Amino acid sequence: MTDQIKTDCLIIGAGPVGLFAVFELGILGLKAEVVDNLDKIGGQCAELYPDKPIYDIPALPSCTGQSLVDNLLEQIKPFQTPMHLNQRLESLKKEGEEWKATTSLGKTFITPNIFIAGGVGSFEPRKPPIENIIKFENKGVAYSIPNKDSYKDKTVAIFGGGDSALDWTVELSKIAKHIYLVHRREEFRAVEHTVSQMRELVEKEKVSLYTKNQLFDADGDERIKNVSIKNQEGEIKTLDCEKILIFHGLKNELGPINDWGLGLSEKQIVVNTEDFQTNLEGIFAIGDIATYPGKLKLILSGFHEAALAAQKAFKRAKPDENLLFRYSTSDKDIHERLGLKK
Amino acid sequence: MAKIKYIEYSGTEHEIDVANGLTVMEGAIKNKVPGIDADCGGACACATCHVYVDESWAAKLPQKEDGEEDMLDFAFEVKESSRLSCQITVDDTLDGLIVSIPEKQF
Repeated sequence: MTDQIKTDCLIIGAGPVGLFAVFELGILGLKAEVVDNLDKIGGQCAELYPDKPIYDIPALPSCTGQSLVDNLLEQIKPFQTPMHLNQRLESLKKEGEEWKATTSLGKTFITPNIFIAGGVGSFEPRKPPIENIIKFENKGVAYSIPNKDSYKDKTVAIFGGGDSALDWTVELSKIAKHIYLVHRREEFRAVEHTVSQMRELVEKEKVSLYTKNQLFDADGDERIKNVSIKNQEGEIKTLDCEKILIFHGLKNELGPINDWGLGLSEKQIVVNTEDFQTNLEGIFAIGDIATYPGKLKLILSGFHEAALAAQKAFKRAKPDENLLFRYSTSDKDIHERLGLKK
Repeated sequence: MAKIKYIEYSGTEHEIDVANGLTVMEGAIKNKVPGIDADCGGACACATCHVYVDESWAAKLPQKEDGEEDMLDFAFEVKESSRLSCQITVDDTLDGLIVSIPEKQF
């Protein structure tokens, strides 16, 4: 087995609650590793509302989603916690008293504790419920661009009206043979600058723009050959293309969490309110993904849950040690762990 | 309170009394009307509570706000009559409202 990482606690989800769990574990002297399916740290705060103000974080009268994340990262900096992004936890197996967890990129963790701080599940691209689109995934149909070279000299149909769709329209127009951009209305959500860049490309006939059209179907043999679009009058037009890119945003999926034998209720994980463990020993759920009588889906509730779960995680990670309750104002060990001068 | 008729894609109809203050989405979820997923719980962040409003009602409903129009970009088979049902709050004036549920939510 390559690359088995041993840790005191594996945290699933790099949102605010996952990040604060790093802190609560850290001041107890526990090491954590964090896995997140997004390409960035911060979960929903960073992905859905980086600029929206939040008003109900204790002692922070107002902060944006992104500044909350930045502050938390500052707070956990002393612990130098590894963040494993762009991957989600795929499998979970019990090995003795410990859990063996493997991510979609094949990283394996051995740990007595797993904190699921997965919010509303992992973010996945929103896929049109069209059979032929799903069929040609990786055969010309894609939802992101890991390597733009494969679009060189190709005819590409791009769907969407947000930043991703427009950014890639502009970027790929430099290397692609031709680009069709399809959007369901005249207005675009993307930033104005990119929209005007796109309109220039339309004038130069590098890009053909089809507004008030939606994805209807696709066809091909080994690979995708064409895509058909439908306008508001119901007329269907077929465009020959070698690549289809769909930028219809992200959607939340519980995904593999469904398969681990956890007690679930309405897409949330049932926990007890003493230590936020699930029905599986050593698996905890905190933040929006956890549910119990009286649960409030607030960031501050998640912070509380993280603190209590960390206490139990300590007992599981270090069964022979005593855990004494200490205040961060005065405890020497905590100060040392935070890297403060003695 | 308003009596709202939800029509499934299959044609099955559900007539439900929905209390004022709830959204059209919540009226469906609380009464287990199939076809409305409402993944985000009503935050106008997922487009999985997409419905078509009956033509006779289109003009009577409060206008869409920008956020709703933006989210509708993510819905499947969007039409002129498309709305996100979490953004329509029920009051007495909606008595008799008819909404159809699309074949699929994303």
